[in-house]
Amino acid sequence: MSSLDGKVVIVTGSAKGMGAAEARDAASQGARVIVTDILDEQGKEIATEINATYRRLDVTSEKDWEALVSSVVEEHGRIDGLVNNAGIYTAQGIFNSSAESFQRTIEVNQLGTYLGMAAIAPIMANQKSGSIVNISSVAGMRGQVNIAYMASKWAVRGMTKGVANTLADSGVRCNSVHPGAVNTDILFSLEDRTLNHLISTIPMGRPGEPSEVAKVVTFLLSDAASYITGAEIVVDGGMIA
Amino acid sequence: MGKLDGKTIIITGGGKGQGAAEVRLATNLGAKVVVTDVLDDEGNQIAEETGNVYRSLDVTSPEQWAEVVSSTVSDFGRIDGLVNNAGIFGHGGVLDSSVDQFKKIIEVNQIGTFLGMSAVAPIMVSQMSGSIVNISSIAGMRGRGAIAYGASKWAVRGMTKAAAKELGSSNIRVNSIHPGAIETDMLAGLGDTTVNRLVSNVPMQRSGTPDEVGTAVMFLLSDEASYISGAEIVVDGGLIA
Repeated sequence: MSSLDGKVVIVTGSAKGMGAAEARDAASQGARVIVTDILDEQGKEIATEINATYRRLDVTSEKDWEALVSSVVEEHGRIDGLVNNAGIYTAQGIFNSSAESFQRTIEVNQLGTYLGMAAIAPIMANQKSGSIVNISSVAGMRGQVNIAYMASKWAVRGMTKGVANTLADSGVRCNSVHPGAVNTDILFSLEDRTLNHLISTIPMGRPGEPSEVAKVVTFLLSDAASYITGAEIVVDGGMIA
Repeated sequence: MGKLDGKTIIITGGGKGQGAAEVRLATNLGAKVVVTDVLDDEGNQIAEETGNVYRSLDVTSPEQWAEVVSSTVSDFGRIDGLVNNAGIFGHGGVLDSSVDQFKKIIEVNQIGTFLGMSAVAPIMVSQMSGSIVNISSIAGMRGRGAIAYGASKWAVRGMTKAAAKELGSSNIRVNSIHPGAIETDMLAGLGDTTVNRLVSNVPMQRSGTPDEVGTAVMFLLSDEASYISGAEIVVDGGLIA
């Protein structure tokens, strides 16, 4: 049902964690995947494992995006899916945030997502088809202490709806996915006390696996989601329900 | 091989429209479906077409729910999925709804969904697994004139989250789907003028098909959605984005 046969899909930040799971799942459903990251070694490893291409991409660089898009179009002739997955985390709140760390988080999570959409939208609009999946977070659904991270994730949620409206009449869909506590480096970086508290708030009583988020991404990339655009899917074991 | 192989799923209002589409899709994915409706002729026909059983069920009757649950358990030994799809529409706003009209809509859409969850949840708890999908509406996401319908669909959305919290520790997932303008009798019943206006507001510039809602329901019923609970999926071509 969530088949991606023959689709060309770019996944950012896919050298590890959730991105790697998304790349794997997309490939397993028949997609031709372009793994991108700034972690070249791990990125190449994943690409080799799933028979995909690796391209170095700093999502905050307009130039990198231009180079990526033109190489993908040259190689495959089209771009059917974009997963804006790359992101960084900072726990900093209003009392201990610096302007620099705030800007850095916004730059990667928010500007990076914007640049990806801006680079690929013309190709998809021209094809009259495409699916963009932006990885936001439960932090984009509610208030949290981590102000920079939260702001960037709310922005991703908002931009998703804006772009969904702009691109709908070109047959391009754009949706956001909102993971809760998922077993990735971001989660592992939390202090034990914080992590245990977080898990105690999850009705399903456990963190999610990257593959469980990847399934939702694949669904949204596929034609099974043909009438879904501007939507947000929370994947959090009931945490913010 | 389908991703609902071996699952037993009850679908209410399965005799026509969106419910019938859900019955067909679930069957194609390997599920054994219990088709229920108050429309015996239509329900029997869909059940026969898809090789499933039909049970007459007025969702507002606790006694009938008890019968459907006990016959399903005795036929199949388990209940893996419940789709609370049965629903009715009424235009009435705050100025022109009678108490009786108001109560009728609440009874079918809201109490019917509550009764379904109450009847099936104990079985799912004893299995320590299950997925409940409640069909709400975009009317459960925003304010519109139809006051009873809107109230019932907001209530479904809220009950979904409450049930997700309560049943999460039993590994039961509960989610809501929010269709927009879908080609069913309910939409046709709005009249051409209203339908045309509604569709002109849809960024994708078309109404959705029952199958396009059905695929989202199938996804939530399947193990691919194993970490999704208390979530809401809007399927509206961007209408409320």
